[in-house]
Amino acid sequence: MTTQIIYKTLLATIILLLSLIVAMYSTLIERKMAGWFQDRHGPNRTGPWGLLQPLADGIKLFFKEEFMPASADKFLYILGPSLTMFIALLISAAIPWGPDLVINGAVYPLQVADVNIGILYIFAVLSIGVYGIMIGGWASNNKYALLGAVRASSQMISYELAMSLSIVTIVMMTGSLSMSEIVAQQQGFNWNIFYQPLGFLIFLICAFAETNRAPFDLPECETELVGGYHTEYSSMKLGFYLFAEYINMFISGAVMATLFLGGYHFPGLDKLGLSPNVFALVSFMVLFTKITFFGFIFMWVRWTLPRFRYDQLMKLGWKSLIPIAILNVVITGVVILLNL
Amino acid sequence: MSAESLILFFIVGAFLVGFAIVFSIFVAPTSTNPQKAEPYECGIPTEGLTWLQFNVGYYLFAIIFLIFDVEAVFIFPWAVVMKEMGMIAFVEIVIFFFVLGLGLLYAWKKGALKWE
Repeated sequence: MTTQIIYKTLLATIILLLSLIVAMYSTLIERKMAGWFQDRHGPNRTGPWGLLQPLADGIKLFFKEEFMPASADKFLYILGPSLTMFIALLISAAIPWGPDLVINGAVYPLQVADVNIGILYIFAVLSIGVYGIMIGGWASNNKYALLGAVRASSQMISYELAMSLSIVTIVMMTGSLSMSEIVAQQQGFNWNIFYQPLGFLIFLICAFAETNRAPFDLPECETELVGGYHTEYSSMKLGFYLFAEYINMFISGAVMATLFLGGYHFPGLDKLGLSPNVFALVSFMVLFTKITFFGFIFMWVRWTLPRFRYDQLMKLGWKSLIPIAILNVVITGVVILLNL
Repeated sequence: MSAESLILFFIVGAFLVGFAIVFSIFVAPTSTNPQKAEPYECGIPTEGLTWLQFNVGYYLFAIIFLIFDVEAVFIFPWAVVMKEMGMIAFVEIVIFFFVLGLGLLYAWKKGALKWE
């Protein structure tokens, strides 16, 4: 029991630090890729290939001036970014990162909490994410920030609906809300994306909107709203909002890989006869590669597509994605019934 | 065990966030003056209150969202048992979606989904 608690604490710390480090280095990769897309070099002065740039940015953010507007609501002003960061970190608890480790005969799962309602947990935490932005934007007492916050919440709740409806089909096929069970059913090449291409597409579009990334980055639309909801933020509190976006990107990539691309499974991997711990490590690397693939798509889209207009965004969410998602559920129901 | 692990995860996460906030309070320099502490509005002094009424369109979307979100809560337990229940479950959800679709159609025709 004690070893289990120590192991879980260790695992939680490793996962949290890993998401922080991945988020830090995604900023560098994003800037490098933006450079390549625009035929320039990107950051290349701090260390070889600019590898120390994220560290320099982090240190710079810590040592920037702590600033709070006089008319802001002090408590909520600090709560906003902290909540956004905290919520962004929480989602990774329900993701199965790999098969079980076996040390001295004891089994250690590579998942912090195998909750039997994993999908509901992820959606619940995701919904709370809106509050961080809303609270921060409202507490700043700045008109641009408030507008950005209202836009963010309106956008996120609209796309959350289509997102949950696109997941319903996976639940119907699996008959379970547990993340580990959904991964277990996708063994080999039995990935959900081949059965649910439409659901995957809807989920991918909604993931862009939920992470507030281009082309859905209206909450921080620079040309209209200065900085959007984080206009009044500086120092590490601004850093929290920016990091949370990259953590969300990493985690939504992990959720998509888990739900649609078979999680840590890769065809033929379990037939190689690797020892359990090596197998767990290789499987984790497989999952990580899939997440990297999604990270690449996120960045590719951001530097290729222009931003939506607000009415287009609402039209896409309510008049296209939600009806298509409902139709997808009905079609999946018919197919399941015919196969019975 | 999974509930305890979740709480453990919450604690570790809260500790990381709290540490960064407190650390930045200690290391970051501060200097304020009345001009700096004003809300940022591109250099112009801010006019009137910030916390005013905003566009009713956002409010309408929030209301429709609330209805649909409650419906989504009903769909998830249905999806879990759908395979076992078979035909009855399917017919029932089609009726459910029909009612839901009518609601969406009503909001659509009333112009609540149109952004102005």
